Amino acid sequence: MSDGGMVTARRSALVPHAVLIAGLALVLFPVYVAFVAASDTLPDILAAPMSLVPGRHFFANTLEALAAGTVKTSGQPVWSMLLNSTAMALAIAVGKIAISLPSAYAVVFFRFPLRKLCFWAIFVTLMLPVEVRIMPTYKIAADLKLINSYAGLALPLIASATATLLFRQFFLTIPDELVEAAKIDGAGPWRFLVDTVIPLSKTNIAALFVILFIYGWNQYLWPLLVTDSPGMTTIVIGMRQMIGNGDAQTEWHLIMATALLAILPPTLVVVLMQRWFVKGLVESEK
Amino acid sequence: MERRVVFAGWLCPAVLLLPQMAVTLVFFFWPAGQAVVQSFRRGDAFGLATRFAGIENFTQLFADPNYLASFGVTALFSLSVAVLALAPGLLLAVMADRVVRGAALYKTVLLIPYAIAPAIAGVLWMFLFNPAIGVLAAGLNRAGLDWNYLLDGPQAMLLVILAAAWKQISYNFLFFLAGLQAIPPSLIEASAIDGASPRRRFWTIVFPLLAPTSFFLLVVNIVYAFFDTFGVIHNVTQGGPGQATEILVYKVWYDGVVGLDLGGSAAQSVVLMAIVVALTGIQFRFIERRVHYA
Repeated sequence: MSDGGMVTARRSALVPHAVLIAGLALVLFPVYVAFVAASDTLPDILAAPMSLVPGRHFFANTLEALAAGTVKTSGQPVWSMLLNSTAMALAIAVGKIAISLPSAYAVVFFRFPLRKLCFWAIFVTLMLPVEVRIMPTYKIAADLKLINSYAGLALPLIASATATLLFRQFFLTIPDELVEAAKIDGAGPWRFLVDTVIPLSKTNIAALFVILFIYGWNQYLWPLLVTDSPGMTTIVIGMRQMIGNGDAQTEWHLIMATALLAILPPTLVVVLMQRWFVKGLVESEK
Repeated sequence: MERRVVFAGWLCPAVLLLPQMAVTLVFFFWPAGQAVVQSFRRGDAFGLATRFAGIENFTQLFADPNYLASFGVTALFSLSVAVLALAPGLLLAVMADRVVRGAALYKTVLLIPYAIAPAIAGVLWMFLFNPAIGVLAAGLNRAGLDWNYLLDGPQAMLLVILAAAWKQISYNFLFFLAGLQAIPPSLIEASAIDGASPRRRFWTIVFPLLAPTSFFLLVVNIVYAFFDTFGVIHNVTQGGPGQATEILVYKVWYDGVVGLDLGGSAAQSVVLMAIVVALTGIQFRFIERRVHYA
């Protein structure tokens, strides 16, 4: 290729890099400013406009938020909110996988009366997110004494078909020969599930786990309704309480430290499990 | 699609299905049914009893100028969020598809907003645009703009749109990138040999091939803006100033939980259900087998 060609090739890589760097800036700027605020004292922030150079109080602020929360959350410490969020996210991720994998297995590997009806009953849940049925769902949770409990936080959010559909799709691709071989070996449906299907589903389980963990961790409307005791506050709801009505007493340095603490666990999960997560996300939507 | 080889028996599948069916019946069908029943009933003044009210809740709802305004607000909000989240997502995906060096780093960082709760995204953007202490608000004020989203409706709308769209860019980026990588390189090469410029190649080959992905994402983004953005609104504007940012899902919550108008809130729930069913229907009609992730 001539020199001219090389120059165009190099110049054509310049534009993508410039655009992508602008994209990174767009993504990182709000998080960076939160980090700067979390490293300042409150007067530093209130002396508007605040400096964009980080201060020296990042660890002090983070520890204070973790240990003592803020005045507006009546000293409810952020560590307990983190614990609640972790419990809720894990309960949703594990719970949804635990009920979806068996039901997808039943629908795919058996023929029984009402099979189609069961499948459609699960499938139709995709249509109505919990947000559109909040009041009656709240009433049921109250009747079942689930207010302010982890079960109350998780169960209504588990009632959805996404995981079932993903498993069903995957199970349909398992070769018939494997099932026949298992039958010849005298393996029943339980043995086949435990010895063959679950090991084959590892990647799918990992992918779903990431998606559901993020989904659970980031819930807002349902936890807002179903918990009202300070001991059950999740970190996303706790942030709301810390802000209150945004008056002069707002402890922005602690709020932003809390925001970073709220962002960190799901970000780590996404970044560290990126490969499974991307595969799972793109496939679960097909 | 069905399997040829299956196991016999019905007890085993019944046991396997039981947990999910139980959760679905108790926490999905029962409440959804209750919402429909409630929407046709009204409470008395003391909240002690309810009576059948026919479509009274619905006629009242659609005669309420606040509710109709909320429809307009929701339409503007969700379309703006969709466009503002799709366009950068597509642009960044096209660019990420072209680079080799640093591709992994770009991808990883661009994924971060996906992990951030809409409610937290709202707080981050609210902090940037806080009229008293926000870094970007200070810039706007210095530029001579009278920035105060707490008092100015359109400014409040702009802020919640930005926060909600920012969070969704990752998702769109990911799907566009997957769509781009599924396009056979031979198609692009053939057109390059024919002398088409990169811009022309994009608009005549790549973009049409991305159409199903784009349409799918458009619906997903609108559904996201309808339902998952409650946290953004609740944190940043509480629907205000006035009702400038009161989207439908916020109003369902407000009228039900704060206003304790159960019949009216249930009627709103039913309207929202109809909207999701319609959106999902459109999605299935045009691109089979691609469903909303709830």
